[in-house]
This record gives sequence, C-alpha cells and structure tokens, in this order.
Amino acid sequence: MLSSEILDAVSTSFSVFFQGKNFIRLLMGLWVTISIAAVSVVLSIFFGTIFGMIMTIKNRVVRILSKIYLEFMRIMPQLVLLFLAYYGLTRSLGISLSGETASILVFTLWGTAEMGDLVRGALQSVPRHQYESGMAIGLTNRQIFCHIVLPQTLRLLVPMSMNLVTRMIKTTSLVVFVGVIEVVKIGQQIIEGNRLKVPTCSIAVYAVIFFMYFFVCWVFSLLANILEKRQKE
Amino acid sequence: MDFTFIKQVIPLYTEAAWLTMHIALIGILLSLIVGLICALILYYRIPVLRTITSCYIELSRNTPLLIQLFFLYFALPNVGIKLSGVQCCIIGLTFLGGSYMEETFRSALDTVGKVQIESGQCIGLTRAQIMRYIVLPQAVSVSIPGFCANVMFLIKETSVFSIVAVADLMYVAKDLIGLYYKTDEALLLLALSYFILLLPVSMLASYAERRLRYAQFGNT
Repeated sequence: MLSSEILDAVSTSFSVFFQGKNFIRLLMGLWVTISIAAVSVVLSIFFGTIFGMIMTIKNRVVRILSKIYLEFMRIMPQLVLLFLAYYGLTRSLGISLSGETASILVFTLWGTAEMGDLVRGALQSVPRHQYESGMAIGLTNRQIFCHIVLPQTLRLLVPMSMNLVTRMIKTTSLVVFVGVIEVVKIGQQIIEGNRLKVPTCSIAVYAVIFFMYFFVCWVFSLLANILEKRQKE
Repeated sequence: MDFTFIKQVIPLYTEAAWLTMHIALIGILLSLIVGLICALILYYRIPVLRTITSCYIELSRNTPLLIQLFFLYFALPNVGIKLSGVQCCIIGLTFLGGSYMEETFRSALDTVGKVQIESGQCIGLTRAQIMRYIVLPQAVSVSIPGFCANVMFLIKETSVFSIVAVADLMYVAKDLIGLYYKTDEALLLLALSYFILLLPVSMLASYAERRLRYAQFGNT
C-alpha cells in the first residue's frame, strides 16, 4: 500500500467518531470499566488492610492458610479466576453470577491478596524499637498503632497501592471475556455497525480505546511517582 | 468428574502448554534484550533516544496487553501490516515485557554505588570496561528476584492470547466447554496446567530472593 493510501485510510477511519453518538457510547463503555475497577479497588483496599494485619499474626495455622491463599491468587492468571467464577461456580454450585458481579468478586479476591502483601510488608518494615519506644513512654497498644505505626506505614503504602490501582484498571480489560458490555465490546459493536460504510474504522476505534486506557492509568502512575518522590525527601 | 474424558483431553492441554511456553520464552528473551537496551539508554542519558524510551515505557506500562493485541491483530491490517496470531503475541509480549524488564534493570543499575564506578576510573578502565566488569555483574545479581517476578507476570499475561486465535490453554478450555459442556473438567485442567507451569517459577523466585538477601545482609 502507498503511504498516501494509508494516511487516507487512517483519516477516514476516524470519521466514525463524528457519526451519531459513537464517541459518547465509547465513553459510557469506559465508565463501566472504570466503575468495576473502582468498586474492586475500594473493596480490596478495605479487605487487604485486614488481610495484611492478619498475616502479621504469629500463629502457624493462620500463617500457612494466608500463605496458601496469597500464592493461589498470585499464581492463577486473573482470566482463569474469572472463568472459574463465571462458568465454574454456575456449573458446579448452581450460583449464577452476572459478568459484572463475577468480575468484581474476582478482582476483589485478587486485590485483597496483593494489597494484603503490601500492607504486611509495610507493617513489618516498622522497626521493633519504634514499638518498644512507644511502650517505654507508656502508650497503650492502640496509641502505638495510631500515632507511631500507622503514619509510617501509610507513607510507604500509598505510592505502592497506586501502582496496584493501575494494575487493577489494566486487568479490568479482561471482563470482556465474561460478557460484560464495556469499552472493548462497544468498540466492536461500532466496528461491526460501520463494516460497510467505513471498512477501516477498526484502526481508529482500537487506537482510541488504547489511549483511553493509557490516560486513565497514566494519571495514577503520575500520582504514584509524585508521592514516591515526596516520600524520599 | 468424568475421568476418562480428562484422560482423553490431557494431550490437548500439554500441546497448548508447550505452545504457550514457546511463545512466552521467545517473548521473555526479546523483552530482556529490549529492557537491557532501554535501561542502558536511560542510564547513560543519551539525548534523543532517552525521550523516545521514556515515551515507550509510559505507553507500555499504562495499557493492558489485551488492548495492545487487539490493536496489532485487528487494526493494523487496515494499513497493510498483516501479522499472524503468534507474531502478534510475541510482539505484544515484548512490547509489554520490555518496560517491566527495563524498570528492574534500571533500579538494579542504580544500586551500584558511585564509589565502585570511580574506583574503576581510578585504575584506568574505560567506560565499556567499567560497565562490563564492575556495574553489570553486580546489577544482574540484584535484578534476579525482580526478573523472576516479571517472568511470572508475563507467563500469566499469556492467558489472553486466545483472543487472537492462538490455541493456548485458555482457548482449549473454552473449546471443550463449548463443544462438550464439560465445564468442571475443562476448568480443573486449566487451573492445574497453570499451576504446573507457574509454581516452579514462583518457588525459584522466592529462593532467589532469599539467596540475595543472604548475600546482602548475611544471616537474616
């Protein structure tokens, strides 16, 4: 193909976004993706903090159980977990989840494991003498946690959990496999709808989806970078 | 559970696992090379290439592999670039993995102290010699745990390959569910195969991390 033909194909392909409500529809699809990600992020930060505290308990059984959970969630690809929740649960237990619920469930379970590990690492990075100094000046356990441990762990934790948030948003793209109508699915619908009028429109649609994901995640990456720099100062 | 069925379809899974590992291996090797080159470019602050490299890293770190594959497989044929599914997967995996490897290498390069480099200069080594004999050996050993984590991440990411019609594990499982309605068996085998592929890598990673901590801080 000549380069002028390529340019022509690309520029005509972008015209699909000026027809009807195509661009608005794509944005609505992005909103579905983002809301699934947001719900799972909030839930996994909540449960992850609890899980992280549980992992610091010095009990053999608790330690082994949480280790098994963590390793399982880490080893299984998120797509396999999605399939297990969406197809496996329905088939073997008769629990029929919608695509959205299944994906929120899976991302929360996975996010809890990852977040829990971050929380555990941050909690254990507080040196022992900090606790002991707190005790020496007569603070209660709760005061030690609130005034000594929490501020130090939060400062470590926030940039790291920002990275986890970007990873979770990126992973949300997988929900198209379990039949959720989100940004990729709507993009495919637009491509199919314009198959005859604008046959090359797939390049524009996929490029726009690519950059939509990029900008959403980039915001969080920048935030993580800024926080990390501030923490080092 | 239908065990005769499981016995029948195991060869399908092993074949798919080999294909996945094959693509993953090529992708990981290529992304190692890309990552090392990018890390060196950023380390030496080469003017123009540095900007291009950081743009590439931001793009690849902030987009999902699935969307990258969609773009490569469905969009590029419109401008005359036709790639097969396997080629798309290798390119996509390299594009994604390159930036992750770069990040690991660069942070490892930063851990090598300035004193080391200055000592090298004092005894009259050239820049290439300092890189070859002083910085790289130390940086590589520091980067091994990160490298293992990346390998695991990339193998996990291969699960989306079925979208571009590559017959990987996911594809076989979906096929069996669709053809025979053997959901339980297909999913069990799917989960098991990923376990068999990834458990050794995970164990190797934690072993490497322990060894490294031992080498750095002694007995902890």
